[in-house]
Amino acid sequence: MKSIYLDHAATTPLSKKALEAMEPYFCETYGNPNSQHVYGREAAKAVAEARQKIAACIGARPSEVYFTSCGTEADNWAIKGAAAQYRDKGRHIITSVIEHPAVYSTCKQLEKYGYEVTYLPVDGEGFVSPESLEGAIREDTVLVSVMYANNEIGTIEPIKELCEIAHRHGALFHTDAVQATGAIRYDVKDLGVDMLSMSAHKFYGPKGMGALYIRNGLRMEKFMTGGEQERAHRGGTSNTPGIVGMSVALEEAMSTLESDGKYVAKIRDRFVKKVLDNIDEIYYNGPKDASRRLPNNANFSFRYIEGESILYSLDLAGISASSGSACSSGSLEPSRTLLSIGVPIGTAHGSIRFSFGKHNTEEEADYAVDELIKTVKRLRAMSPLYKEKK
Amino acid sequence: MYNEKVMEVFKNPQHMGEVENYNAIGTVGNEVCGDIMRITMRINPDGVIEDAKFKTFGCAAAVASSSTATGMIIGKTIDEALKITNKQVITELEGLPPQKIHCSVLAEDAIRAAIDYYEKNKKN
Repeated sequence: MKSIYLDHAATTPLSKKALEAMEPYFCETYGNPNSQHVYGREAAKAVAEARQKIAACIGARPSEVYFTSCGTEADNWAIKGAAAQYRDKGRHIITSVIEHPAVYSTCKQLEKYGYEVTYLPVDGEGFVSPESLEGAIREDTVLVSVMYANNEIGTIEPIKELCEIAHRHGALFHTDAVQATGAIRYDVKDLGVDMLSMSAHKFYGPKGMGALYIRNGLRMEKFMTGGEQERAHRGGTSNTPGIVGMSVALEEAMSTLESDGKYVAKIRDRFVKKVLDNIDEIYYNGPKDASRRLPNNANFSFRYIEGESILYSLDLAGISASSGSACSSGSLEPSRTLLSIGVPIGTAHGSIRFSFGKHNTEEEADYAVDELIKTVKRLRAMSPLYKEKK
Repeated sequence: MYNEKVMEVFKNPQHMGEVENYNAIGTVGNEVCGDIMRITMRINPDGVIEDAKFKTFGCAAAVASSSTATGMIIGKTIDEALKITNKQVITELEGLPPQKIHCSVLAEDAIRAAIDYYEKNKKN
């Protein structure tokens, strides 16, 4: 049976180049980068080089890149760190309703500790409007955190504009760029952000690696107390192979960013067109303007059927995608993002995200469309809602 | 998440559709929760369920529970069908994940709702 992976927003396969670069740091150059002997110095050199590479990819200085264990950790640090550091200035935080749980749940947790959080609404395509930020920002707002690109519907937020508004009002700006990094070319200085999170395994790097960019001069509370690693702001022995792998993967992703983006978007567009041409009663969720959407993302709501059934039917046909309905994760709440853009709750249950990668082919996309058509037909024939409402 | 039995039933559900000239129908669940199950039956004057079919909007566990429960009641009397519990559906499916137990409850409820409809309409 075919095996087609269309879930690159969840994770990507490790780049062979990154794997090769990581290999010596497991059994040969295994020293602790903080040790003073030759083993340690060699590992420290690798970490320093990796930091330089990553900094160069995003327009930062090496001293502004802090390694973390994942994107979620970077988000937690940015939000909790800024909240703790600037608690005497104010206790108001602004974020959006469509943030990844790494940001959203962190804000929810801060609410328990006396912080006030404003969740900015989004329009029908998932965009946060600069006007709504302007209206929500207050004198005691310490931090604004809005994602660079949405993980479910691919919306690319107007980060530069939002950041300018935050700064004009004396608030810091953080962006969760976990989906954006490796897919969108950006320069942190041009964006103007104070902090930015990324995750290696989203751009063909290893799992267990993330990074937080913290602008030089910005005082931030430590995330993990411990040793002197990461300028004494994030203790814990450095993951040398992970750090090296992340840097090689990001360099590789940046070197072919435009051509990979074009290639992936072409497959995605072909897929979307065929789906829309062949299946009725569906919504294509997210921005219609491709220039404002992640090139690899497609998200549909299929009326009258439920997402988990679609997901498992596709899985049986060898296609791996992702369900927007959290029924599959054991809760009955459908996707917060889809509800926020106005998808009716019943329909939101029947949503599927397809996220393409540079190793996918047009043939794979075509096969996936054919199987999707069959699946939707089969499940609608089974649905008590289909005939009734049509 | 699911065992092989559940996936097998989900892949090839039995008794899917609507019984022609049904005299019992039960619809339970709602779209907001993401599960709707409808069972239709034809019950003969002796109170025996001659045929039963289902239509379900829901997850793989909901489809598998509907198919299994429907199969369990065909040929049974009303009294026998009313004795079928969600636990028996789960046993038949060789187990369901804890968060999917409600799907089997829905199947039990749908059977009861359909028989309830039949009883009420019979009296009238």
